[in-house]
Amino acid sequence: MLSERRGFLGWLLGGGVAASLGAFLYPVVEFVNPPAVPEATVDEVGAGKAQDFKINSGKIVKFGSRPVLLIRSSETDWKAFSAVCTHLNCTVQYKEDAHVIWCACHNGMYDLNGAVVSGPPPKPLDEFVVRLRGDEVFVSRRA
Amino acid sequence: MPPVEENRRLQRGVAWLDERLGLASIREFVAHKTVPVHSGTLWYYFGGVTLFLFTVQVLTGILLLLYYRPTASEAYESVQFIMTRVRFGWLIRSIHSWSANLMILSAVIHMFSVVFLRAYRRPRELTWLSGLALLGLALGFGFSGYLLPWNTISYFATKVGTDMAASVPLAGPAIARFLRGGDDVGGATLTRFFGFHVAVLPGLATTLIALHLLLVQRHGISSPPWIEKRFAATGGRVPQMPFFPNFFLRELMAWYAALGVLGCLAALFPWELGDKADPFASAPAGIRPEWYFLAPFYTLKLIPSHVWFMEGELLGLAGFGLLAVWWVMLPFWATSREGVERTRMVTGAGVLLLAYLATFSLLGYLK
Repeated sequence: MLSERRGFLGWLLGGGVAASLGAFLYPVVEFVNPPAVPEATVDEVGAGKAQDFKINSGKIVKFGSRPVLLIRSSETDWKAFSAVCTHLNCTVQYKEDAHVIWCACHNGMYDLNGAVVSGPPPKPLDEFVVRLRGDEVFVSRRA
Repeated sequence: MPPVEENRRLQRGVAWLDERLGLASIREFVAHKTVPVHSGTLWYYFGGVTLFLFTVQVLTGILLLLYYRPTASEAYESVQFIMTRVRFGWLIRSIHSWSANLMILSAVIHMFSVVFLRAYRRPRELTWLSGLALLGLALGFGFSGYLLPWNTISYFATKVGTDMAASVPLAGPAIARFLRGGDDVGGATLTRFFGFHVAVLPGLATTLIALHLLLVQRHGISSPPWIEKRFAATGGRVPQMPFFPNFFLRELMAWYAALGVLGCLAALFPWELGDKADPFASAPAGIRPEWYFLAPFYTLKLIPSHVWFMEGELLGLAGFGLLAVWWVMLPFWATSREGVERTRMVTGAGVLLLAYLATFSLLGYLK
């Protein structure tokens, strides 16, 4: 009877301490977990005037909070891809001499369709749509 | 005042302190502490040198805190201000950066000397584990401090580092979000890393250093088994030198030499600041991490995108994880259940790991 009562009291005390610890720790865990900040959805951005882009050149364009690589490969050919390397998140660049998209961090290479040519990237780059309205170049998400 | 009277006053002062602090027991302890003397005694100094460099880090870090501002808009400019406007600011920052690198180098030398001198053996397993945890913390200090100047290289190093954390199965994305303070590396990451660097890690490191030193005091300094055997064969024991003042003064000389090397490096090769981080710029050509992360960096570069059914990146991380666990557990697999020491296996493992780190770091630097 006595040991039962002791066991019960021990359980009650242990449970109480565990519960209070949980109550102390829960707000701490929640505090260090960063809050989700809603991002304004961007569907299309203006990249500038077409004549400002040299043929066989690339430029990083701000697409909301993400970088997008806009490439002008000929007079009429435009391409845009997510500039975030699918390997380890570095920002890629266009290599004018080799006509490829290159990540300097781990030497990953993509062709002008965004497909992986060599190196460690596991997936192709996401493609964006490029439209010309008059003289202005616009980049938008694929439908 | 006559010298006899002065001496008496000093003795009274010491007796007063002794009664309150128990100095006699400390004197007794120091008088009996010894250090083995043999051909490998030189390696014993690196633990102390690492501790000395950590102290330099704390002191120069406190000085840098007087001017540094941990926000994405001000961090780079504040470091630039330290380096160009504050008197000796360039030197203090350069010493902080060089000392960080030398501290990791010294800790790595200390670790390998423990392996090759067999100082991890029973009952020193916890000393080994606390030492490796300290090395992990030192790397954490390096990784978090690297971002603080908010320059291009540090920005991309942090992107890569936190993305590696994101690829850990299940908990990875949550860990990466916790580290970044959001979905991507930005101002929130800088604030967090600053908090880790100047508050969380120093607190943990101080506690672990105290534990590590306590364990070293508890078990004394280990002698290599072959030295013990050699002296045991002639019926003697390994010669010892008193810790105080003999070893202590030699250690002070080692610290002074380390300070000399540090001063020369900091003054002759001041640490550069580079360009300010731009989240909308491409990673520059020739980008690479600090030397102590070069081996995993180059390994990740070599692993193809897919190996069999696994993504190369995940395979690399799993490999590093297994390697780390295997190394941490060294004292436990170094002795068989029958109590036989696997000395050749330990030496082979140490040599292989050293060869891997040296070769891949060099290749990562050159290519």
